[in-house]
Parts: sequence; structure tokens; C-alpha cells
Amino acid sequence: MTYQFDFLALVPYWRDLLAGCLMTLSLAALSVSLGFVVGLGAAILRDSSIAPLRWVASTYVELIRNTPFLLQVLFIFFGLPALGLSLAAWPAAVLALTLNCGAFASEIIRSGVDAIPRGQIEAGKALGLSGPQVFRFIVLKPALRIIFPALSGQFILALLTTSIASSISAEELTSVAQSIDTLTFRSFEIYIVITILYFIMSYGFSALFKMITRIYFSYPTK
Amino acid sequence: MIQSFDYNAVLVILSGVKATLILSAIAFGMGGFFGLLVALARTSGIKLLERLSSAYIDFFQGTPMLLQLFLAYYGLPVLGFPVNPWTAVTIGLTLHASAYLGEIWRGGIQAVPRGQTEAAAALGLSYHHRMRDVVFPQAFRLSLAPTVGFSVQLIKGTSLAAIIGFVELSRSAQIIASTTYKPLLAYGVAGIFYFAICFPLSMYSMRLAKKYNREA
Repeated sequence: MTYQFDFLALVPYWRDLLAGCLMTLSLAALSVSLGFVVGLGAAILRDSSIAPLRWVASTYVELIRNTPFLLQVLFIFFGLPALGLSLAAWPAAVLALTLNCGAFASEIIRSGVDAIPRGQIEAGKALGLSGPQVFRFIVLKPALRIIFPALSGQFILALLTTSIASSISAEELTSVAQSIDTLTFRSFEIYIVITILYFIMSYGFSALFKMITRIYFSYPTK
Repeated sequence: MIQSFDYNAVLVILSGVKATLILSAIAFGMGGFFGLLVALARTSGIKLLERLSSAYIDFFQGTPMLLQLFLAYYGLPVLGFPVNPWTAVTIGLTLHASAYLGEIWRGGIQAVPRGQTEAAAALGLSYHHRMRDVVFPQAFRLSLAPTVGFSVQLIKGTSLAAIIGFVELSRSAQIIASTTYKPLLAYGVAGIFYFAICFPLSMYSMRLAKKYNREA
């Protein structure tokens, strides 16, 4: 008996799939943006002169980086209510992905800032630039240039990681596919289709980020 | 019946560690074997092989690991290979690991200066000896840190097997969470176990990276 592929059974659900793609993209965009802020905070704390703050930040980063995202999501969604923090599936997914991205972003940001030679900052001060000017022109832009490829990679990774949020039934592409699966029993077809959709999204964004790098972050600077 | 979260519950979760470690080891070993083939194809200089291996890597790096496991789980029976969760998960993880390791090792192989390969060829060494005695020993040192780093990613990735019903560390934590109604404790304990496995590897990977950066 050979399997009869039936992709046509999925056609009526194209709107749901499109909505799923948009929810996946917004989940990733929101979490990566918030995660960048968290990561910036953690990066600053990790270089703080106050030891306990350093410990808190590095414990956070190492705990997140060395445990699976699935467990983090389950912990936040099912575990935190015991501590009095009950979240619906979508906010729980955003929180989990934000904390996850924050930990990886803090490492990326630190590597970028570390790469700025101290002599340049001193030179900037010697030329009479103010503190914010030194930060903006001497630290931030060159640092962004260095970390942009890693940060955009982080976004792609987050985009792919959102699929795990389906395990707490947060609305995104994979959970949409799971409900279509239970309606049509076309498991293989639906998962092939959404795998292709994920691929298009991640490939499209990585092409976009490469273009941005070429235009804004390549020498000579504009 | 609600069970209490006691020493036994911790033991059940601990038993999941074994499955996680075995699964990771198999996926890493088999993924390493196929990854080497992918890396060699990717650097072979033969256009068709390079395109195919590059597409293979792009596919696995551009789609969610969870979906890769789903496709193995739902797809293999459709293609005429009825498989149990063990086999489906192993095949899915092996393919995933081979793409990532292939890409890491391609980087290592290409980082070895061309002059080395040319000198070896000029000395009359065959492809086999050029690779084994000249390129690999240097590429190995360059790729070691990211390879260890990937092993952490792979161990964390095995948790996704829980979603298709394979009982490993995350799944046994889920089971304990639902039988004891203590999800905070169950997932917390599982997290500590993952951390105990992954943290030393992460540290090791970072130390290697620092060491080779200094020497370079």
C-alpha cells in the first residue's frame, strides 16, 4: 500500500497558516527586541563593580544557556503559578523567549563592547567629545557593526525556536499546524508545508540582514 | 491519585538523564560520521557535491529542529519505514547533527591555509593522505571549541524528543509534574540535571576557544 499525498486537503486552511506565520514573526520580533534590552542590562551588570550584581547576571546567563528552551517554557507556564505568577500561553511564550534571547544577547553584546580598543575611547575624550558622544560614535556604531551579524543570527534562531512554544499551545505556526492536523489527519503534508514556510521566513530574513549589513555596516561608512 | 514529590520522584527524573545521554551520544556519534561526509562534500571542489551539501546544510539550519523531528516521525512510516519513536528521534537528531557539524568542520577545513594543501599535493601526497595527515590535524584544533559548543546545543535539543513521546529527561519531568502536581519542583530538578551536564561542556568549549585564540 502506498501513501496517497493529499496537499489539496490543506488548501481551505491557507488563512490559518498565514495567520500562524504572522504570529510566529511577531512572537520572534517582540521577544528578540525585549531580549535585546534584557541582554543589554545583563551585559552591563556582568561588568559591574558590585560583585553580587555580577553574580546575579552571570547566574541568569549560564542557567538559561545550559538548559533546554522546552524546559524553560514548561517551567514558566506550568511551574511559576505555584509562585503566584500565572500567565496565559502567549505571554508565557513571550517571557520565556525574551529571557532566552536576553541571555544569548548579553554574550553577543559583551563580545562587541570588548572588541572596542580602550585607546579609542581615550582618544575620543582627548578630542573633547562628551560622554554620550563617545558612546554613540566610538563605542556603539563600531560595536553594532561587529555584533550585527550575530544578533541577526539570533533573530533567525528565535524564529525557529518559537515552534517549541506550541508545547504550551501558544498560538503560532506549529500550533496552528497541530490543530489543522487534528482536523484533517494529514500530518505529513501539513508538517512539510509549515517546514517550507519556516524555511522561507528564515531564508528571507537572513537575505534581508545580509543586505542591511552590506549597506549600513560595511566600510567605507556612510 | 496524587503522588508526593519525594526521593522516588527525583529518581524517576534522574532515570531520564540516562536516555538523554544515550540519545545525545548516538546522535553525536552518527551525526559526526555523516557530518564528516558533508564537510568533505562541501569542500570537495566538485560543483554538484558542493551545491547538494550546501542545500542540505541550509535546510537543517533554516528550519526548526522540532519540525525536523516531526517529519522523521510522521514521514518515515509514510515512506514505507514503520519506526518506533526511538528510531525516528535518532534518525532526526542524526541528520540535524550531521548538517551542523558538517558546517562547523567545513569552516575548520577551509581555515587551513591553501598553501598547506598545495604543498602536500606538490609532495605527491594522495587526497587521502593530504586530508588525514595535513588538513585534519589542523582543522581539528580549529573546530574543537565550536564542536564542543554544538554538543551542548544537541543535548538541549534532545529535549524536543519529549514532544513526540520519547521518554528522556524532559519527558520524565513532565510525567512527574503531572503525577505529583508539583511542576515547579519537577521542571526545576530536571533543569538542574541539564545544567549539570551542559555547564561543564560550555566551560570547556570556552576554555578551548580562549586557548586557540591566544595561540592564533
